Amino acid sequence: MNRKISHQAHLLKEIMSYEFTAVELNLFLDTHPADVKALAEYNQVTQCLKKLKFEYEKCYGPLMNFGTSPSQHPWRWIDEPWPWQIEY
Amino acid sequence: MWIYEKKLEYPVRVSGPNPRLAKIVLEQYGGSDGEAAAANRYLTQRYTMPTGMAKGVLTDIGTEELAHWEMIATLFYKLMKGVTPSQAKAAGLEAYYANHGKDVFLQNAGGVPFTAAYFATKGDPVANLVEDMAAEEKARATYENILNLSDDPCVNDTLKFLREREVVHFQRFGEVLDNVQTHLNCKKVF
Ligand SMILES: [Fe+2]
Repeated sequence: MNRKISHQAHLLKEIMSYEFTAVELNLFLDTHPADVKALAEYNQVTQCLKKLKFEYEKCYGPLMNFGTSPSQHPWRWIDEPWPWQIEY
Repeated sequence: MWIYEKKLEYPVRVSGPNPRLAKIVLEQYGGSDGEAAAANRYLTQRYTMPTGMAKGVLTDIGTEELAHWEMIATLFYKLMKGVTPSQAKAAGLEAYYANHGKDVFLQNAGGVPFTAAYFATKGDPVANLVEDMAAEEKARATYENILNLSDDPCVNDTLKFLREREVVHFQRFGEVLDNVQTHLNCKKVF
């Protein structure tokens, strides 16, 4: 299906795909803590995510609050849309 | 503590309003094998686990289940968007609508409110972990039941993602069970 999605949704989907890889590797490493290859991949995807989130937050405000990400003025945490309102 | 991340774990899309399907997906919101039961089960059992691995996996999978719980709420929210009261009535949501309007409520597809009786803590890590493995299989089976009842390919995409996660969680819990049993056996020998 071809739908037009927003630039915000596009960036979010890219972040989702990298972060999902990180979740999957995280759970794997929990039960395979000595796996060198998985650990290297985890650290690499963490770096990619950091960059992607920095780019996203410049346009759309913080992805995380409570001191994890800074915000522009005025406080952008409360900006809509919230995740359930977005067309993906 | 927990920190909210202002994103879903995986995209949630629907083809259009569908109150019948909205009601069905509530099974995974507040049902016995749904995401709220899963998250609370693991996050409640983790405190007395005997190994760092077991504490870590219960924390991480419990947290991921919270993200799945949010995805199910998003499915319900989107499937109810634009639904009129008469459409809700025609889909069998008359009683639901009378109480909750179009808000999501922590209940199963049959209208039974969520309860802590859906999960256990037994004071025994092996008993707890075996329950967790069964819970993952029951959640997978529930997703398959819902897929059999669904008529929306966009919703199916989300449901299939969630079903796959249960398979991975089952695998991880099996590894944790091995780890805990080895730990307990070593203690006995000593
Ligand atoms: Fe799960």
